[in-house]
Amino acid sequence: MDERRREIWIRPLLTWAALCVLLAATCALAYVPMGRANLAVSLAIAAAKAGLVGVVFMRLFENNPLNRLAAAAGPIWIFVMFLLLFSDYATR
Amino acid sequence: MSDVAHPAAPDHPATPGSAVPPDYLHDGHTLRSWLFTTDHKRIAILFALSITLFFFIGAIAISVVRLELVTPAGDLVSDDTYNKMFTLHGIVMVWFFLIPSIPATFGNFLLPLMIGAKDLAFPRINVLSWYLYVAGALLTVVTIIAGGVDTGWTFYVPYSTMFSNTAVLTAAMGVFVNGFSSVLTGVNFIATTHVLRAPGMTWFRLPLFVWAMYATSLVMVLATPVLAMTLLLIVVERWFDLPVFDASRGGDPLLFQHLFWFYSHPAVYIMVLPAMGVASELIACFARRRLFGYSFMVYALVAIAVIGFFVWGHHMFVSGQSPYANVVFSFLSFMVAVPSAIKVFNWTATLYRGSIGFDAPMLYAFGFLGLFTIGGLTGLFLATVPIDIHVTDTYFVVAHFHYIMVGGTVSAFFGALHFWWPKITGRLYPETLARIAAVLMFFGFNLTFFPQFVMGYLGMPRRYHVYPPEFQIYHVLSTSGAALLGVAYVMPLFYLIWSFRWGARAGANPWRAKGLEWQAPSPPPRDNFLTPPVVGEPYDYHPPEGPTAAEEQVA
Repeated sequence: MDERRREIWIRPLLTWAALCVLLAATCALAYVPMGRANLAVSLAIAAAKAGLVGVVFMRLFENNPLNRLAAAAGPIWIFVMFLLLFSDYATR
Repeated sequence: MSDVAHPAAPDHPATPGSAVPPDYLHDGHTLRSWLFTTDHKRIAILFALSITLFFFIGAIAISVVRLELVTPAGDLVSDDTYNKMFTLHGIVMVWFFLIPSIPATFGNFLLPLMIGAKDLAFPRINVLSWYLYVAGALLTVVTIIAGGVDTGWTFYVPYSTMFSNTAVLTAAMGVFVNGFSSVLTGVNFIATTHVLRAPGMTWFRLPLFVWAMYATSLVMVLATPVLAMTLLLIVVERWFDLPVFDASRGGDPLLFQHLFWFYSHPAVYIMVLPAMGVASELIACFARRRLFGYSFMVYALVAIAVIGFFVWGHHMFVSGQSPYANVVFSFLSFMVAVPSAIKVFNWTATLYRGSIGFDAPMLYAFGFLGLFTIGGLTGLFLATVPIDIHVTDTYFVVAHFHYIMVGGTVSAFFGALHFWWPKITGRLYPETLARIAAVLMFFGFNLTFFPQFVMGYLGMPRRYHVYPPEFQIYHVLSTSGAALLGVAYVMPLFYLIWSFRWGARAGANPWRAKGLEWQAPSPPPRDNFLTPPVVGEPYDYHPPEGPTAAEEQVA
């Protein structure tokens, strides 16, 4: 029963709390003048949020390879988008 | 020429109190039983009715445009109204007809039947998908009531963010909400294909239509979120003055075009991949031949879906995009022609030594084959940078994409409608009238759009309601074709309604087709199959090494 309670309540609630903290960090750090590092920090926090969702809610470490492949499709497609976007932006 | 295809006795004599379950059309008669259904077949019908309504809204809008263009002067409507009409036509036809057309109707109806399943993997998500479509459609109706929107269906910035004083926000939000409907349908189809295939239905026994739905779903799931985000950025810029695309404040208007076409070029494949799936089913059935090169047809579908993501920059050759990027996107655009050509050649090879029946669905399939080929070949013209520079924003482009989207997808849609009509309704349609409509649609389409290739090449720009008199002859021809096309679209509406009430009863398999859906009664009951379907090799229309159907007839 404890295991079930941990699965249904504690783990998601802790993850939600962590996501809220990261969200607050995003907002707060936006007002801290760090120059070009602002963008990098924001993206790193966003990546951490996505990682949490992937590991906890999508259970990617416990699932079969097909599900992990499906989850990987998003980042792969974003990579393709950025790669071809920069074929324009980097060569203007 | 008989007036019905293959008349047969009813195979599903369900009566109240009998042990045979009622078919899905008679499984509840209340409005509630339809609006809260989770049956994939009923949801398909709900989608079919909704997209038909929007098809006619889009058609009315373009009728005004075509009538205006009969004379060179702007004498029917104002320039503002003209802009709103072609915008409404584009938004409605792309997002509220073409994108959901085959997947949400025939995909919903047929996917579970074709793989031997009782329903889709997530029936409630399926009906939610229809409600989201309706919500998006209502926002579009609000847009019309609010006076319309004049940005063109592409919502290009900075016009849409800084200058247009029309109902951009409701239009963009309508498309945004509708995008979630696409994603839910895509997720459902992917999950269903993975987990609900009947025993024996291996991946390489799947009908090409199912493969097409699968490839389409991948595009829906991976591309649509980018459109949603892009439209949201327009809303953010208009509402909150956040200068994402405003060049004067550090934004980049070309970023909008990149993001928009990252979705909207693959969206062309959301429209045409399902049509390719339909064509594969029709051509194999009416040629009585196994589909030539089945495995290559599968690989070609997946290749088109994937490579389709890499080519969006060919919409931006004259936008200020770097010449290097132009070359990259031009090369990648040529690459997507390879799998497309594989499909066209394989359909043609399937016909070889076939016993071809010229029933209405096959006429539509032939129309698809010819028109898609012309659309595809002119796509190669547009992938060539110097030619694209010459014809950008002319009627050449308009003709090209209508050959793909209307000549290709709408022909296949009508082919599918006639082919599976007996399965959907349990009735046969009047064959002679259907053949007349199919031929009329082919001629009407070419009369409408072929002159647009010529006038576009000669320099007639798109989206102008006043034009030089030397282009009038082409516009008059085009408008005449549109009238013919209108008749060809309305004809099925009447004879199919007639057939639904008075048409001869169809058996389970009036076309003697081979897919699992034909093992279910017509129309199917709630759970589709009365007995477990027997899975065999796909398109088993003649023995692999045996004589052809034509040879058998001669023997």
